[in-house]
Amino acid sequence: MQMIWVETFYLILKSIINLLKTKTMKNLKTMKNLKFLATVTFATLLFVSCSDDDDAPAPVNEEEVITTLTVTLTPNGGGTAITLQTRDLDGDGPNAPVVTVSGDLTAGATYDGSIVLLNETENPAENITDEVEEESLEHQFFYTLGGDLDVTTAYGNNDSNGNPLGTEFTLTAGAASSGSLTFTLRHEPTKPNTGLSDAGGETDIEATFNVTVQ
Amino acid sequence: MHKYVLLILLLSSITSISQNCENTLSGSVTDRHDGSMLIGATLIVAGTEQAVQTDLEGKFTISNLCNDTYTIQVSHPHCLTKGFTIKISGNTTKSFKLEHHLEELNEITVEGKAYNDKAKTILQSKISKSELERFSSGSIGDALNSLSGVSSLNTGNTVIKPLINGLHSSRIVIINNGVRMEDQEWGAEHAPNVDINSVGNLTLIKGAGALQYGGDAVGGVIVAEASKVPVKDSIYGKTQLTAASNGRGSSLTSQLTKSYKNGWFAAVQGTLKRFGDFEAPDYVLSNTGIFERNVSLHIGLNRFDYGIEAYYSLFKNEIGILRASHLGGAGDQKRAINSERPLIVNDFTYNIIAPKQDVTHHLARIKGFKRFDNFGKLSLQYDFQRNNRLEFDIRRGADRNKASLDLQLDTHTLLLDLDSHLTDEIRLKTGVMGRYQNNFADPNTGVRRLIPDYDKYDLGMYVVADYRLNDKLLLEVGGRFDYTDMDVFKFYRTSFWESRNYDQLFPDIVVDELDNQILTNPQLNFYNPSGTLGATYTFANDYKLFFNYAIASRAPNPSELFSEGLHHSASRIELGDLRFTSEIGHKVSLTLQKDNDIFSFSVNPYINTISDFIVIEPTEIQQTVRGNFQVWEYRQTNAQLLGIDADASYAVTKNFRLNSQFSLVKGYDRTRNEPLISMPPVNTKNEIVYQNSKFNNIRLSIQSEYNFRQNEYPDTNFDVFIPETQTMETVDVSTPPSAYHLLNFNSSIDFTIHHKSKLTIGFGITNVLNTSYRNYLNRLRNYADDLGRNFLFNLKINY
Repeated sequence: MQMIWVETFYLILKSIINLLKTKTMKNLKTMKNLKFLATVTFATLLFVSCSDDDDAPAPVNEEEVITTLTVTLTPNGGGTAITLQTRDLDGDGPNAPVVTVSGDLTAGATYDGSIVLLNETENPAENITDEVEEESLEHQFFYTLGGDLDVTTAYGNNDSNGNPLGTEFTLTAGAASSGSLTFTLRHEPTKPNTGLSDAGGETDIEATFNVTVQ
Repeated sequence: MHKYVLLILLLSSITSISQNCENTLSGSVTDRHDGSMLIGATLIVAGTEQAVQTDLEGKFTISNLCNDTYTIQVSHPHCLTKGFTIKISGNTTKSFKLEHHLEELNEITVEGKAYNDKAKTILQSKISKSELERFSSGSIGDALNSLSGVSSLNTGNTVIKPLINGLHSSRIVIINNGVRMEDQEWGAEHAPNVDINSVGNLTLIKGAGALQYGGDAVGGVIVAEASKVPVKDSIYGKTQLTAASNGRGSSLTSQLTKSYKNGWFAAVQGTLKRFGDFEAPDYVLSNTGIFERNVSLHIGLNRFDYGIEAYYSLFKNEIGILRASHLGGAGDQKRAINSERPLIVNDFTYNIIAPKQDVTHHLARIKGFKRFDNFGKLSLQYDFQRNNRLEFDIRRGADRNKASLDLQLDTHTLLLDLDSHLTDEIRLKTGVMGRYQNNFADPNTGVRRLIPDYDKYDLGMYVVADYRLNDKLLLEVGGRFDYTDMDVFKFYRTSFWESRNYDQLFPDIVVDELDNQILTNPQLNFYNPSGTLGATYTFANDYKLFFNYAIASRAPNPSELFSEGLHHSASRIELGDLRFTSEIGHKVSLTLQKDNDIFSFSVNPYINTISDFIVIEPTEIQQTVRGNFQVWEYRQTNAQLLGIDADASYAVTKNFRLNSQFSLVKGYDRTRNEPLISMPPVNTKNEIVYQNSKFNNIRLSIQSEYNFRQNEYPDTNFDVFIPETQTMETVDVSTPPSAYHLLNFNSSIDFTIHHKSKLTIGFGITNVLNTSYRNYLNRLRNYADDLGRNFLFNLKINY
C-alpha cells in the first residue's frame, strides 16, 4: 500500500524534473540540487509513511448513558409489585426505547415507589441511581400526570438540604381511570421549586408510561 | 561595497591594452528577480571611464571598445552596485542583472514571491497591520468580518468562524505562515487556531483560484503571514495592551525582532488574553469567558540567492460556552427558546466551567529556498502540526472533570514548490505536496468517539501559469490534482449499522463484533481534480477587470462521513454517511475595480454551483430515555450560491473619507428547491473616517452596520410532546431574528516619545447604542442576545 504511494510520488517528481530538464540541461549544478531535494522529499515521505500502526483501537462504552429506568410500585400491605420500565439499549442510537407496564394499579391502594436507573451498555450494568443519590443536591425527580389518571404522588426521600429528591416516593391510586404518568429527572434544578414549570435545569430523563387504575 | 568595486575597477584598468577598438557592447539591464527592465541604470567602463545610461526600455550601447576584457560597473538607485567582467570580441551583446536594494529586496525574499501574487485573476482583499491591531483583543474571524463578502458563523461571541460568500469550515483553507492549518476545521464551532497578533498581514481570496494552497477551497483561502524582517542591523519591537469593559478583560501582546545586515534574523512574539463573562445589554452571558495564551518564535537566514528559516508557534485557548445553551432533550430546547432571558444567568465571573473548549495547537515549520539562474526559485518546506482539542460537557459523578471529547490530530506536510519565469511574459508555478495525518481519539473520555481514529495520506500536485499578453491583459491557467487515502477504525452502534443497511453494503469492512458495537475498518480514497482559468484586463489607467473560473473538489471531512450520536452543544443527534463522494464546486466570478486615491471601488458578482454539496438537515425526531431529540443527517445535494460584494471609498476632503461596503448572497438547494441554511443575510457597513497626519496622526471613525433579516431559510421546526401540558408544541429553531443596526466608534492618536519610539493611544466603543439584537449566524441565537455596549481602551508602544 505505502509502496504504491511512494512510487506514485516519485513518478510525478520525475516527470516534473524531465519537463524542466529541457530548459535547464546546461545548468548541471541546478540539476544536482534538484536531485538532492527530490531524494530528501522521497526519503521523508517514506519515513512518514512507515510510521503508522494498524493497532485496532479499544471500544468505548458510554459511561453516563442511562439505558434503563425501572419504577417498582410495591403495594402497602402486600401483593404483587407493579413495574414500569423503559429500556433503550442503544442509548441515542436509532432504536426507540422499549416501554413495559407489568399491570394495572388497584383503586384506593397505596404503593411504595422506588426508581432504579441503569447503564446496561456496560457489563455488569452500572447503577446510576447511586450517583444521583450521592449528588442529591443537584437532582430531582418530578411526577407528571396526564389524561384522566386519578393518582396522587408524594416524595419519599430528600436531599441533604431537606428538599425533595424523589428516587423514593409513595403513590396513592384513586378511582378507576387511565392516563399517563411521566417521570422527569432534572439535573441542576432550582431548589426548592413548586414543580417542573419553575425547576429549570436540564432534563436527564423523561419517561412516560400509560397507566390504568382498576 | 563601493570601495571594493572601485578597487577592482582600478586594478583591471591597468591590464587593458588598446587594439582594434571599434566594437560595441549592447544589451539590457534587468531586475534579477522579476526580470523587469531597469531604466536609468549607469554603466561605467573601468579604464576608459566611459559612462552610459540605460534608456526607457532598459537598453544601452557602449561603443569604441577593443577586443579585450573589460570590467564594467553597473549601478542603479534602487539596486546594489555590481561589477562585471566582460570579454569583448567583435560587437558583443550582454544582459546585466541587478539585485534590488537590500531593504527592498527583503520584502520579496523572506516569504518568497509565491505569497505576493496569490491569485492573479481574482481580486484579493487585504487587511493591513494597522487595521489588524484594532482587533488585537478579538480574533482573526472578527478582523475578517470587516471585509465585504465575509461574515462569520459564531458560537457565542468568542468562537468566530469565517464564512466566505456563504461557505465555511472545511470549505475554507487557512494558511498560517505558509502552513495549511489542520486544526479540526470541520467543526462549525471550532474557531481557527491562529493568534491575530502574530499576523502581519492577512489576505483573503474568495474562491478556489489559489491552487498552490489546495484544490478544495470551495469557499476561499485566507492567508496570514508574519511581518517581513528587514535585512539590516536592527532591533525593534511592539507592545500593545487592550482593555475592554465588556468581559472586563484585557489582552497584552508583545513582539521583539533582531535582524542583521548579513541576513540573519530572530523574532519572538507572545499574547496573553483573558476575559470573564461577556454581557448582553440586559444580562450576563454566563460562562462565556476566554483565556488565550500564544507564543511564536521565528529565526532564519535570508539572502537573495537562498534562505532558510524555522518557525514555531504555540496557541492555547480556553473558551467557555454559554451555560444556558447546554440542554437536555427537545422539551428543554422549547423552554430555552420560549424564555425571554437565558435560562441560566449567574453573577459575573472570570471562571470558565463546563461546557467549555480547551484547544492547544503546535505549529512548526522549516523552509529553505534556493534561487537558480534561468530556472527559478525552488523551495522546500516541512511542517508539523499537533492539534489537541478537549471539550468538556456537563457530567455526573467521577467523570465531572473529565473531557467528553479528546482528539489529537497530528499532521506532517512536505511541500516542494518551484516558481519560475519561463520567459519575460510567462511565469510558471508548480509544486508537489505530500501529507500524512493521524487522528487519535482518546477512549478514556468514557464517551463514544465523535471522530474515529484514522490515518490519512494526501498527495497533490499543481501547475499554475500566467501569461502577460501585453500591458493590459494577463491570462492565468492552472490545474491541480489531489489524491486522498483514509484508513479508518470506526466503532458503529450495531443498531445504527443495521438501520443504515451497512451490514448489507459493507460486510467486508467489519473487523470485530462486540455486544452492541461493531468495529469496522473503512479504507476510503478520493481523487480530486481542480483548476482555474482567468484573465485580468487593465484599462483607463486605474480600472481593472478580473474574470475567474475555478473548479474545486473537496473530499468529505471526517464529521460528514462518521458522525453518529448526540451533539450536546447543538442539542441534536448528528449522523454522517460513509457513502459520500467529493463535492465539486464551479465558481465564476467577475470583478470590476477602480483603484485611485480619491475614489476607488470594486464590484464583484459571482455564481458558485456545487454538485454533491454536503448539507446537514433535520430528518426526524428520535426518542431516547433522555427525552426526544431532533435528528440531523448529512445529505448530498446540488447547491447554488449567487451573490455580489461591493466596496467603495471616497476621499471627500484631504482628511475626510467615506467607506462603504455591501454584501449579498443567496444560497439554494437546487434538488429540493429550497433555501440553504445559515446563509448570511444582506448587510451593509458605512463609515466616516477623519484622519489628520499633521496633528499626531489623529484618526476618528464612526461606523454604521446594518444587517437585514434573512428572509430565505429552510423550515426546520419540529413538534414535540410536552408532558406537563399534555400538548404537542412546535420548537421553532429556524425562524431568523429581526434586522438590526449597530453603531461603532473608534479613535486613535500617535505621540512620539523618543526618536525611535512611538506611543499610540486608542479608544473605541462598539454597539454604542447598547442595542439588544440576535444574529442569524450565531448558533446560540435561540438562547441569548448578542453583546451589548463595549468600551475599548488601547495602548501601543513601538520601539
